[in-house]
Amino acid sequence: MIAQATIRLPFVLAFSAVLFSAGIYGVLARRNAVLVLMSIELMLNAVNVNLVAFSQWLKNALVAGQVFALFVITVAAAEVGIGLAIVILIYRNRETINMDEVNLLKW
Amino acid sequence: MTPQEGAFTALAVIGALAALRLVTTRNVVHGALYLVVTLATVGGVYLILAAEFLAWVQVVIYVGAIVVLLLFSLMLTKAPIGREALDNQQRGLAALVGAAVLGGLLFLITDAFSGQKIHPAQTTTAAIGTSIFRSFVWPFEVVSILLLAALIGAVALARREEP
Repeated sequence: MIAQATIRLPFVLAFSAVLFSAGIYGVLARRNAVLVLMSIELMLNAVNVNLVAFSQWLKNALVAGQVFALFVITVAAAEVGIGLAIVILIYRNRETINMDEVNLLKW
Repeated sequence: MTPQEGAFTALAVIGALAALRLVTTRNVVHGALYLVVTLATVGGVYLILAAEFLAWVQVVIYVGAIVVLLLFSLMLTKAPIGREALDNQQRGLAALVGAAVLGGLLFLITDAFSGQKIHPAQTTTAAIGTSIFRSFVWPFEVVSILLLAALIGAVALARREEP
């Protein structure tokens, strides 16, 4: 008989909080559009960790947390595809992916 | 501390350090490689939480596909190297907001869930498949349409127009 696996819930949630805050810092402080997209991926991953942790904590019979984590991964894949297409289009037109210089729709 | 917690703590420390390096590094390609480390540790965390299918999906889709897509777009765009070129002037303010969010979240987590324990039960792929195709079939279809639309949209956007 193997001992029951146990892990403290706040540990997992704290890991996810660190990932999310790092993502927020990256989105706010970075200039390069691809690095901003990477930071958004970081935040989406933090959400997924939370979904899986709560799914296991609540012992949901439908494993809804894990199913929705899969949906979030799918939406993240769609988002990064569109985002990179836009980034490459901006680069083709403006020769830069610096977010401060892309202000066509700003004023 | 249980063995699972020891393994989790090791993974979480590596993943958190890589995430912090990702948002502070001066070289965009290094950033992508730090992202690989973070995503792989998140996959390891899924394994520790006994979410086996999700761990492999994480490896295949994130580490396999999305990072390759990001690396390709880094190669197709010319990115200058260096802190001033990659970060904007609001670095201090951004660090403040990030630290505030982290502090708030940690306070709420310890306030609401301290002492709670997870007993991870193995989730079989069969259980996830049953759940998707029995209870969540409409969200699944909607997400499929979304992915298809995003695919077509990305191709239509990135296609070079004939002169």
